[in-house]
Amino acid sequence: MSDKEARDKRILRLSRRKALKGLAAGIGALALPAKDSPASVWEAFFQKNFRELGKEDLQKVLARLEKEYSAQFGKAVKVKATPPVEGVLFGYALDLSRCIGCRRCVYGCVRENNQSRDPQIHWIRVLQLNKEKGVYLEEAEHYYNPAKVPEPGRFYMPVQCHQCKNPPCTKVCPVQATWTEKDGIVVVDYNWCIGCRYCMAACPYGARHFNWKKAGLPAADLNTDTHYLGNRPRPVGVVEKCTFCIQRVREPSGRYTACVEVCPVGARKFGNLLDPDSEIRYIIENKRVFIFKEDLNTQPKFYYFYAT
Amino acid sequence: MRNLRCSCLFLLAGIALHFLPATPALAGLRAEESKPRKEEAASLQFPVPPPPFTPGIFPCSECHKEIKPNTARRVLKDEHTGIVLNHAQGQRWCLDCHDTANRDKLRLVSGEKISFSESYRLCGQCHGDKFRDWKVGVHGQRSGEWNGKKSYLLCAHCHNPHDPRFKPLSPMPPPVRPEDVR
Repeated sequence: MSDKEARDKRILRLSRRKALKGLAAGIGALALPAKDSPASVWEAFFQKNFRELGKEDLQKVLARLEKEYSAQFGKAVKVKATPPVEGVLFGYALDLSRCIGCRRCVYGCVRENNQSRDPQIHWIRVLQLNKEKGVYLEEAEHYYNPAKVPEPGRFYMPVQCHQCKNPPCTKVCPVQATWTEKDGIVVVDYNWCIGCRYCMAACPYGARHFNWKKAGLPAADLNTDTHYLGNRPRPVGVVEKCTFCIQRVREPSGRYTACVEVCPVGARKFGNLLDPDSEIRYIIENKRVFIFKEDLNTQPKFYYFYAT
Repeated sequence: MRNLRCSCLFLLAGIALHFLPATPALAGLRAEESKPRKEEAASLQFPVPPPPFTPGIFPCSECHKEIKPNTARRVLKDEHTGIVLNHAQGQRWCLDCHDTANRDKLRLVSGEKISFSESYRLCGQCHGDKFRDWKVGVHGQRSGEWNGKKSYLLCAHCHNPHDPRFKPLSPMPPPVRPEDVR
């Protein structure tokens, strides 16, 4: 063996040793966080998309989240995953001739659905519009703050998720973290969302909101009755939206949504579009109904109407 | 004889033709028209919370049993001065809605006496369109369950019967402007 050959061999052996060392260090570094952090971090990391979860897996996930939230907020938190009910398609109607723009719905929704208080996230935005111009969005104002509402010559139009039948937001999601459920509710799997915010750009109603920071949600204000696809506490970096209070309406004794309950003028109406006796069907059959941005063919299940 | 039988047959056929196709079709139409919606209960009873009386004012007969009814139309000067009628004033006064003989009751145009918890029937005499919407849960706030029991509010819970226009409210705070977000 020549000197050169021997040198080459030594170099090779050294570099392999280096590589092995590096590999060992790398594996060690990977294993380190697992030692101090709970196993749930790994479970969350390897969790499947909500729609691919089997019954047992789902129960495990819910139990893990309940444990996590209960520890985080210091009180028992319930996380449900109630499935859609057969023969139900939710619809919503809002009476523009009644709404006075008092924003009770905005804050009723925040309380019910555990939105971040600071930084502020509102799922409902109330637009103040000019009666003479009608629904003319270029002059819409949502920071209005007079002493009393309604102001003369104005009308008010709350905008929230329209739960479209043809939703632009779910189509653009690159990871299928958002979809339409059987009962028509468009939902987000917060554990699957990668926070690219394509859906926010796609939504013509500005109904999707991003968690830029850790949610400022005091434990005392937490609503402990939560749904996996709805009002459970959201992590940083995911998109959230109105879910028609999925944690309420899917129950066997389905309560009305929080915004419907809190509206002091009774402008908000909610019901099953497939039930011919529901108030929502009465409105569609008997009142002047209009669909916001109808030309976009989003086919919302949220209708504006004039009762008078 | 044959002629008679013939005309008899024709007559019978005519009668049959007249009734047979007409009856089922018409009956079907009528059934569709008069089919009551589930919300419109056969009786006019709707689950409502107790009427929003001024504390201590009811029963009215507490005071009124001592007082002889004065049916002369006038502006009240001694009692109930807080009530300013701003509800088609000039066209009605107290005893058009409140019963003269029994002050604990309201009075419909028909003369029927109803309790205050049924006051929607009184309001519905003029505001039929609102009454119709209210019954199916479209006018006013209806709470409860979308798929189950519902409870109504009386007209008087939101509208002062003597001054019914809905009063302006102070709005909740506006959202934070993006430039103010830290």
